[in-house]
Amino acid sequence: MANTDTALEHHVHELDHQGDDAWSGAQSPFKVSYGKIMMWYFLLSDAFTFAGFLITYGALRFSSPTWPVPDFVFSTDPFGISDYFGKAPLIFVTFMSFLLIISSVTMVRGVQEGHRENKNGVLIWMVLTIFGGLGFLGCQAWEWTNLIGKENMSLTRNTFGTHTAEGYYLDHEGKKSAETFREGESYLIHRHAPGGHSAEHGAQHEYKQGDQAGYLLDEKSFVHRKFVYTAGAKKGVTQTEQFGPAAFGALFFFITGFHGFHVFSGVVFLTIIALNVASGVYVTRKNGYEMVEKIGLYWHFVDLVWVFVFLVFYLL
Amino acid sequence: MSNLSYEESKKRVRYGLVLLAVVTGIEVLISLFGKGYMISSLQGNIIVLATCGLLIAVLSLYKAYFIVYEFMHMKYEVKGLAMSVVLPMLLLVWAVIAFFQEGNAWKSRRDEIQRRNALPATPAKQGSLLPPHTYQMDWKG
Repeated sequence: MANTDTALEHHVHELDHQGDDAWSGAQSPFKVSYGKIMMWYFLLSDAFTFAGFLITYGALRFSSPTWPVPDFVFSTDPFGISDYFGKAPLIFVTFMSFLLIISSVTMVRGVQEGHRENKNGVLIWMVLTIFGGLGFLGCQAWEWTNLIGKENMSLTRNTFGTHTAEGYYLDHEGKKSAETFREGESYLIHRHAPGGHSAEHGAQHEYKQGDQAGYLLDEKSFVHRKFVYTAGAKKGVTQTEQFGPAAFGALFFFITGFHGFHVFSGVVFLTIIALNVASGVYVTRKNGYEMVEKIGLYWHFVDLVWVFVFLVFYLL
Repeated sequence: MSNLSYEESKKRVRYGLVLLAVVTGIEVLISLFGKGYMISSLQGNIIVLATCGLLIAVLSLYKAYFIVYEFMHMKYEVKGLAMSVVLPMLLLVWAVIAFFQEGNAWKSRRDEIQRRNALPATPAKQGSLLPPHTYQMDWKG
């Protein structure tokens, strides 16, 4: 066995010095291992997939007359954080972004320790990276639960609508209320809990089915409030809140879900490779923990994609 | 790999962490500023919104560059590898322009349809599509 290895290594060594034979399989191009090149090209193709999704989001957003305002949609956070700051839109997703950035940094440290063949160093930084990934997934789980369970968003229903002009709301009896809104402001259509009062805001009104003076209670017990525009083409006409563009929910769940699935598979692969590191598999390979480097590339890519998901969904 | 010493590369990583965190923070602030959270008179100002959007997009691209070149070590790879990954991405520049244009076209079509639907219906005159003085035969069964 040892003999064969030496013979093969000798052969490879010879080929290394034959520049014109570089593509015959003995020497990888670009002076990196095949594994790393293929990881790069996989990431390139994955980048095109994500770009396709995000560009679709952009095209559909451009095609809609209104679009939910992200800092209204994503102004929620767990543990009543915004109670301390007053209104704090985007604070939760910003925290999620920081988590991913930090886990990316711990990954870089792991790769660096790998180059030094420092097994324990690699292991510690990889475990921290895994925790970062799990933390991100936890945050995303909370965000999804809130959107689906509390705000009743689904793949085909977008409970966030947007006003196209300024105006005021009608009260329960259909008279003008003190509540006004500006042009471009978003609203959330709440669901009326049957037999009780509205689950959100603790409104004490008892809602009746059908088209009423101040609201419309549809058959799925969504309360569409009525309002009047004080400007624009529909000035003075009483109108009912409509659901927002349906594509929003599908795009949100599909794109953040696809990214979240990447994070999830990243965590799984990181765990497998961390176990391999712990078992000492890579010590014998003596290639500077190249496997850690490859999963590192993938993990940074997941962070990179989040930069753009964050940009498109939350910031713009 | 890189020619940096261990201590130097550790310093680079700390620098990277601070840079990415600060840029992300700035992005959030610009985004909220553009939507008029800080100065309420700017609310709905389309020029401010567009400028801020562009600024955030540029900052995001910078973050992407930093992650790829620094964290993913593209800086220290052979130029050919870097180009074979980065150059295909330029196709996306066209994709963004084309599909946003397309989305805009869908919107203007819809608006046009709504406008025409709202027009009062004008009853079509008998044979109005035919030129005058055209002889028309009646169908007598």
